Amino acid sequence: MAKAEAGGTMKEGKDRYKAGVLPYKNMGYWEPNYDIKETDVLAMFRLTPQAGVDPEEAAAAVAGESSTATWTVVWTDRLTACELYRAKAYRVDLVPNTGPGTKNEAQYFAYIAYDLDLFEGGSIANLTASIIGNVFGFKAVKALRLEDMRIPVAYLKTFQGPATGVVVERERLDKFGRPLLGATTKPKLGLSGRNYGRVVYEGLKGGLDFMKDDENINSQSFMHWRDRFLYCMDAVNKASAATGEVKGHYLNVTAGTMEEMYRRAEFAKQLGSVIIMIDLVIGYTAIQSMALWARQNDMILHLHRAGNSTYSRQKNHGMSFRVICKWMRMAGVDHIHAGTVVGKLEGDPLMIRGYYDTLLDTHTPMNLEKGLFFEQDWASLNKVMPVASGGIHAGQMHQLLTYLGDDVVLQFGGGTIGHPQGIQAGAVANRVALEAMVMARNEGRDIWNEGPQILQDAAKWCGPLKAALDTWKDITFNYDSTDTPDFVPTTTASA
Amino acid sequence: MMTNPGNKVTQGQFSFLPDLTDAQITAQIKYALNNNWAIGIEYTDDPHPRNTYWEMYGNPMFDLKDPAGILMEINSCRKTFPNHYIRVTAFDSTRGVESPTMSYIVNRPKVEPGFGLVRQEAEGRNIRYTVHSYATDKPEGERYGK
Repeated sequence: MAKAEAGGTMKEGKDRYKAGVLPYKNMGYWEPNYDIKETDVLAMFRLTPQAGVDPEEAAAAVAGESSTATWTVVWTDRLTACELYRAKAYRVDLVPNTGPGTKNEAQYFAYIAYDLDLFEGGSIANLTASIIGNVFGFKAVKALRLEDMRIPVAYLKTFQGPATGVVVERERLDKFGRPLLGATTKPKLGLSGRNYGRVVYEGLKGGLDFMKDDENINSQSFMHWRDRFLYCMDAVNKASAATGEVKGHYLNVTAGTMEEMYRRAEFAKQLGSVIIMIDLVIGYTAIQSMALWARQNDMILHLHRAGNSTYSRQKNHGMSFRVICKWMRMAGVDHIHAGTVVGKLEGDPLMIRGYYDTLLDTHTPMNLEKGLFFEQDWASLNKVMPVASGGIHAGQMHQLLTYLGDDVVLQFGGGTIGHPQGIQAGAVANRVALEAMVMARNEGRDIWNEGPQILQDAAKWCGPLKAALDTWKDITFNYDSTDTPDFVPTTTASA
Repeated sequence: MMTNPGNKVTQGQFSFLPDLTDAQITAQIKYALNNNWAIGIEYTDDPHPRNTYWEMYGNPMFDLKDPAGILMEINSCRKTFPNHYIRVTAFDSTRGVESPTMSYIVNRPKVEPGFGLVRQEAEGRNIRYTVHSYATDKPEGERYGK
């Protein structure tokens, strides 16, 4: 890369546009005194420059290459109001515990501002193509991670947002004051339609609110999608009559083309399902289209975050899941898998609290401990219900309720279907454990410490819960998280 | 294994637990009041899952902050309608919610006949489902016996 000249941004004029190569810092992409506008889109990247590359120049390069720059000066810039369209890197901070004197190579947090006019309203595809479409392969940057974004209210107002949202979902299900319960049918693959419906009926009848297709159940040789939908809706309605509750099964409408997805969604609606699901891998544009369809057809839309861990787990490169949470809230899904903390999948408690806040808050304050780098006003977009799924069981109910709160769907796939007395018993165990824990919490008891005792007390009169606790009491998933906060509270000396 | 042999309607937050005692109800009332939620009492003899509007036993009590007073209202409703379903709902009026935030059943008829599933065969393999409340086979007021 060219060496940065002293003096920063070069003034507009003949010298600025002489053919050749200029450092990005001099081309207008580094503006430490930039006055951030209310309407700017802000992004924060974790940057690992190649050896010998100045971090501010690297930040300016990321700003340039995610807006208007290319690697050499071009005269055609002068046909535009180019200063407006250039993204401005306005701040670079060393990441704590990296760099000289530490065991880790230096990383930097680079803050970049983008003018609102760079983006098309109502298009996640455009927002993402702009911000992440070009810069991640850049040779001068050894590693790059999009950590967080601030979306201005002006831009949020161009999106529908969640088709249903937490409040309306609860009103439709008539379920208030506690987490919702779900389970994924197991085994993931291989069941026939009729056998699949059996699992759904047992789980719902026993006491779960929802059952769910897994992400890769679409329409395979062992079970065509129409058969699954028909048998599942029989199970859902039977369970609803048996309990007097509204029940649902997330029918997965993911398919190879948009046209096929619409066909499947229409059939789900025709059968009277309250909810459908899609996988993240269908793509941002498809997700937005399905969200629009869901709102027009009174359907709750569940999103499985299939594939996100390919880019979200490592701190140095990729994209943080909190950015996906923001984009998906804008795109318009009603449910998104967001982590369990205590289950089998990756999740540091503070990071996960950050994701949940991003999905549920009307206004999220900046909070570095939780990885929230910007204050975010959600402009009255509906709230997305986080879903906690993966290796959780009834014995962890006090931890789940403490970490995750009431606005969450707790999904116990193995924890229901693997119960020694059968699926209905598994569902009863989970539902009793949950209701007992919510009641105790409301009474003011210290459920973090008394949780195990509360569960044992309920197990005295609930046989299925006793069996569940006995089967799984020693199961924990204690591995170090790969994605952890960089900022931890430090005690300050008293005055 | 078949669960719920008595067809108990399991709507609300605590239907899988043994019936709430007055002390437990008082604790839940206190929790709602501490959160600044208004409490309302409703009753019905048609517990169909899509029957949203139960009869109100008075308006939600926005200005009553005394748990004992609210419990008195609940017990008065139970005395008046001993064979109806009665539920207690808490309403949160803060921006972003503006919706119920608790709901639990505090009274049930002695015998709950439950629901039948009516299947109407439609085109192809489709079936149209209706959840039918056995209680509504009788007119209002005669549904759960004396």
